[in-house]
Amino acid sequence: MTKHVSIDTHNACVDFPIFDAKSRSLKKAFLGKAGGAIGRNDSDVVVVEALRDITLSLKEGDRIGLVGHNGAGKSTLLRLLSGIYEPSRGSAKIRGRVAPVFDLGVGMDPEISGYENIIIRGLFLGQTRKQMLAKMDEIAEFTELGEYLSMPLRTYSTGMRVRVAMGVVTSIDPEILLLDEGIGAVDAEFMKKARIRLQALVERSGILVFASHSNEFLAQLCDSAMWVDHGQIRMRGEIEDVVRAYEGDDAADHVRHVIAEMKREQDQPGTAL
Amino acid sequence: MSASAPESEALATDVPPVSDSQTLRRGFKDLRDGFAQRELWLSLGWQDIKQRYRRSVIGPFWITIATGVQATAIGILYAALLDMPLNEFLPYVTVGLIVWNLINASIIEGSEVFIANEGLIKQLPSALSVHIYRLVWRQLLFFAHNLVIYVIMVVAFAVWRDLSWASLAAIPAVALLVLNAVWVSIVFGIFATRYRDIAPILSSMTLLLFVLTPIMWTTQSLVAQGGAVAERARIAELNPLYHYLEIVRAPMIGQPQALYHWYIVLGITVAGWALALVALRKYRARVPYWV
Repeated sequence: MTKHVSIDTHNACVDFPIFDAKSRSLKKAFLGKAGGAIGRNDSDVVVVEALRDITLSLKEGDRIGLVGHNGAGKSTLLRLLSGIYEPSRGSAKIRGRVAPVFDLGVGMDPEISGYENIIIRGLFLGQTRKQMLAKMDEIAEFTELGEYLSMPLRTYSTGMRVRVAMGVVTSIDPEILLLDEGIGAVDAEFMKKARIRLQALVERSGILVFASHSNEFLAQLCDSAMWVDHGQIRMRGEIEDVVRAYEGDDAADHVRHVIAEMKREQDQPGTAL
Repeated sequence: MSASAPESEALATDVPPVSDSQTLRRGFKDLRDGFAQRELWLSLGWQDIKQRYRRSVIGPFWITIATGVQATAIGILYAALLDMPLNEFLPYVTVGLIVWNLINASIIEGSEVFIANEGLIKQLPSALSVHIYRLVWRQLLFFAHNLVIYVIMVVAFAVWRDLSWASLAAIPAVALLVLNAVWVSIVFGIFATRYRDIAPILSSMTLLLFVLTPIMWTTQSLVAQGGAVAERARIAELNPLYHYLEIVRAPMIGQPQALYHWYIVLGITVAGWALALVALRKYRARVPYWV
């Protein structure tokens, strides 16, 4: 990671145009332009402001947790930071290789084998085929699927698919790691294993932004937090303070407890997890 | 156009940075980055083909068989209707059909390229051109499978006797066709994502063009009839697809080649790419919002 890894946004807004059936057709665009008398211009489209005036500067080593209600804009913010949505107003500059983990299923082909899916998924995340082949044994071991990996993915259960996806994601070396929640559907024992790998992954990556409703998870992976509300950043600071403002004292106390416990574990190497 | 953005950024540190989303530089970067991910789109394109014929015994060669059957049926019927010698007309129809399939798929599938990849576009930040390259590569693989019929025809109807060094012109002609498939997919892909009527319009248009383009008939047979009908051969020249077809077909079946077809195709290629770059500059960043 010799390259300078950073994300800078300046007053970035993400506005979704909601084309109804009518305005998505050519007819309306033509008629709309011609019929100036109604007082409509060509930007007369219903717009949802998903994010407003986001000014951020993330640099190497930042581990940020996002909290906020459903629909507050957490996932959209992650997509802005990944470069999928380029701001409709304002600017965003992303330096570094981004590994977004939003939907574990995307880019997975049910008809091809687990092995092939691991390679394709890795290619999507910016790895080369060679790199993925080198990691294959490690991933196969992690997923505990054994011979099953040569079967087509459609024969897998949901949990098995998540294992494959997690195996790939946690094997790469991203410069910017963006995690969206939705890592569920795996059995508890595997989850514990996944968590260790996830923590190792976070340590390897330059920048982490993680959206989750689990304060415990946030406290384990992040060192600061951001509260996203109505498409804006309402607060940024220590996880405990942000959670206190967002959810109240009980939740904040829990976060403090988790952090204290993690500290204790770190102080006693060897007994961790 | 694009040069001003980075300059102003370098000069002003306190002034808010200018977004470079709508610059030509980013458009080129998209094309370059997408090309660099060729490992990805090469395997995806292959996967697409293998997918379609999974568990079938003959596999992708069904593509070959389907085109072969179609070409033979049309060839035999129209050779009788137009009173043409079958051994000349069948190779003519076959090559015409193979090339037409490539053109047709570029237009139709090109207009759906971003809509079809909505999931990937919204979940993974890769260059938009990855989807374009994947599509064109897949079409090229289809084309390669169809070439098997051409080889059979060359042998069966002794077309090889007409072939000469000039037939090699088919190679740059196909390359030009591929170059055009890329801009067509970019332009139609972007606009059809915004205006969802464009895709259905295009699919009826291509049906019309299939009949109007000399694939099942020849311009020579129009000219031969003389009079008012011969005039129509000139109208056929207005159809740009005719020229695309001609630069590939004529060398492949060893017919005399006219240079003006090349000029027209080159002209459209340049204009089309200019349009594609404008579309990429202005609307590239909007595509994830539109899908």
